[in-house]
Amino acid sequence: MADSDGRQVDSINNATDEDVKLQEIVLAKNEGKELTKEEKQRLRKEKKQHKKSKKDDKGPPEKEKVKEKASVPVPSKPATQSPAHKAAPVPVNASASESPAAAEKPAKSKAELRAERRARQDSDRASKQGKKEVGQQSASSKPKATPNELQPVVKRLPEHVQVDDPAALKKLAKKLERQQVPLRSDYGYKVSLFSHLHQYSRKNPPTQQISIPATVIHPSIVRLGLQYSQGIIAGSNARSVALLHAFKQVIQDYSTPPNEELSRDLVNKLSPYISFLSQCRPLSASMGNAIKYIKKEISNIPSQCKEEEAKGELQACIDSYINEKIILASEAISKYAIEKISNGDVILVYGCSSLVNHILCKAFEKQRKFRVIVVDSRPRLEGRETLRRLVKKGIRCTYVLISALSYILPEVSKVFLGAHALLANGYVMSRVGTSQIALVAKAYNVPVLVCCETYKFCERVQTDSFVSNELDDPDDLIVTRNGKTHLENWQTVKSLGLLNLVYDVTPPDFVDLVITDLGMIPCTSVPVVLRVKNVDQ
Amino acid sequence: MPGADKETDLSERIESFLSELKRCGSGAGSLRGSAETARETTALLRRITAQARWSNAGDLMEIIRKEGRRMTAAQPSVTTVGNMVRRVLKIIREEYARSRGSTEEADQQESLHKLLTSGGSSEDNFRQHFAHLKANVIEAINELLTELEGTTDNISMQALEHIHSNEVIMTIGRSRTVEAFLKDAARKRKFHVMVAECAPFCQGHEMATSLSKEDIETTVIPDAAIFAVMSRVNKVIIGTQTVLANGGLRAVNGTHTLALAAKHHSTPLIVCAPMFKLSPQVSDTPKLSTKNFENTTTNRFGNLILSKVNAHCPVFDYVPPELITLFISNIGGNAPSYIYRLMSELYHPEDHEL
Repeated sequence: MADSDGRQVDSINNATDEDVKLQEIVLAKNEGKELTKEEKQRLRKEKKQHKKSKKDDKGPPEKEKVKEKASVPVPSKPATQSPAHKAAPVPVNASASESPAAAEKPAKSKAELRAERRARQDSDRASKQGKKEVGQQSASSKPKATPNELQPVVKRLPEHVQVDDPAALKKLAKKLERQQVPLRSDYGYKVSLFSHLHQYSRKNPPTQQISIPATVIHPSIVRLGLQYSQGIIAGSNARSVALLHAFKQVIQDYSTPPNEELSRDLVNKLSPYISFLSQCRPLSASMGNAIKYIKKEISNIPSQCKEEEAKGELQACIDSYINEKIILASEAISKYAIEKISNGDVILVYGCSSLVNHILCKAFEKQRKFRVIVVDSRPRLEGRETLRRLVKKGIRCTYVLISALSYILPEVSKVFLGAHALLANGYVMSRVGTSQIALVAKAYNVPVLVCCETYKFCERVQTDSFVSNELDDPDDLIVTRNGKTHLENWQTVKSLGLLNLVYDVTPPDFVDLVITDLGMIPCTSVPVVLRVKNVDQ
Repeated sequence: MPGADKETDLSERIESFLSELKRCGSGAGSLRGSAETARETTALLRRITAQARWSNAGDLMEIIRKEGRRMTAAQPSVTTVGNMVRRVLKIIREEYARSRGSTEEADQQESLHKLLTSGGSSEDNFRQHFAHLKANVIEAINELLTELEGTTDNISMQALEHIHSNEVIMTIGRSRTVEAFLKDAARKRKFHVMVAECAPFCQGHEMATSLSKEDIETTVIPDAAIFAVMSRVNKVIIGTQTVLANGGLRAVNGTHTLALAAKHHSTPLIVCAPMFKLSPQVSDTPKLSTKNFENTTTNRFGNLILSKVNAHCPVFDYVPPELITLFISNIGGNAPSYIYRLMSELYHPEDHEL
């Protein structure tokens, strides 16, 4: 009792001292100015003091962890929250999953500090029966396993598939607030099977909640986020390339603050940007791989490198990544794929895949005689873009909707499909409807060829299209036919839901061949390629 | 004078019916359900029987056959018209046989034999005159009409035998039979319905709004998501435009994909179809209507591209009988392999070609 009084008096004293400063900080935050590290720490301390005085019985272990986190002078990357939040039996695994994130950093001092901290936490936790720790991490949206180590790694569930868990949502909200990134709210009635996913409306982009000009998030990132959320930039390659270009701009405009190292600070700067982009639209597998690459390159910059030199090197890295993994890869894939196209072929394509379009244009230039059937589906109707590009080239095209598939398939000799990602168990993740095409093609014995660059290979495994997917704006399904719009007021009807899925997974037995820049492989060889790639790196 | 009036009145009615049929096919989607068409056809045939001039069964059959050919020519895709004509012809044959005194049991026992050897038993040419034939035929047609009126109810009454609670049911497009079926089951059971919208006409939207008004949990999915969602579906219940003689279906486009996806996941596919949709045809030529397609798609293309592109918009799909699990009709549930028998009970082999 006396103790709590003393604490309260203490806090009041603190408040009178730092009230002014605190108000300044809050003002600055509301104006959207970026807070310095000290200001952020002070804010955190204040909040923690408030909480302590209000609720005495809130588990102290959490407080102490927060305090320790705040008092560590080493700049903490978001990934380093993990030792604070992981469950007790996983300190070893925490270090294991830490190591890829902080690859070859000068980690000696950090590891020692961490070990000390952990020892303290363990003793505290042992003494008090702390509250259950939610063993999840709301960091970047793709979990990274360590393929080179055979220890049992606990994969961190990405936040965007835990929407039905209030604890995870709270964590995300806290993290976004700390990074000063606006939180986007869900829209509309969600079908019960998908209550674990976000569903946003295109009419409320997160950029509305940012003050312009924003100094927290780089303007090119804001623009990129808006382009993603409105669907102006769509397609796996396009999104990755746009992301990399925006990062180049960010690096260009970046200047190292005093007493900071470029290799560590720049990565910290990128984290709020990534959170913001994933609020605009969940990151794709290719974007995740690109971000991992950039972070690795940044943290590999030696500390004695001059700033200009480092920036130039990073920009060159990004350029070479785009060139190698996307542009040259598509050239290699076209070369392999053209061998598979013979004269007189009738080729079926679905939706709009930049890679497949490139292959067809190249084949047409090489004087192959074929015609193309473009299959399209509501509500995105991306096939029209493909149609436009192919007709401009001069290729003979036919256009159908996906419901006419069994009508048109007897004429088809080959099916070319693009992919969003290739999963480690051989499943192909692609635009919704791809699995349907592969299914019907299999029923008619038409070969199905998937074209995919290796940078889209992903270590996730998935067996159905429910657990990890993306829900698009449900209002897209509304349409007017014969002057009547039946679904106009779907929100008012209690038991009506609209489902607008973006991706689906195709089982490997529907796919006959995968054409990658490394060659033509069967679907089941994807983990082999992943292993080879990781050994190289 | 009155006779001539009646005749002109009759031909007027026939003409108006024919023009309505023609218009119905060229509009977007079907303006009237098949049940309505069947009822109107049968009523018209009854009127022809009552008002046309004929002296024996053979004449009547000729008249009806002639009108039937005109009606089916007006709109070949609406097969219910032809089916009703064939039913009436069979009624006439039966009534004639009954008037003559010959029984029908022999027919049914040897029907398989008769099926194989049909063509050899055209007994007589229906030239005998019977006084009460007209009345009997009209009475039998009235019975047929009552049967037609009760088909949807008969089918919906079987709903509770096939739907359990907490099921996820998938359907495609809009079928009044399936709508009544599901609404009837929803009175006692709680389940979830997924409706594939069936582009480009998107009849699924209307179906979904109508079902959700009865407090059924409904979800509208685009056609592309059928396979993605199928793994969570317990049953697929669809309606159809025609049931073919081999047990296959001619249904709205997209149904074949749905059936293949159901087969892949071993989900039962149930077809709710009343008996008047059963047709002795086996052909599966889908009907094209590109005109509708261009109207319903927005013109973002520009004419330059459209002129170089072929667009296809088939209206119907053929579904082979091995993908179908069960037919639910007004006379109960049947397997697709049994359809040929039902057909022989409804239609006479010589009427298969009108």
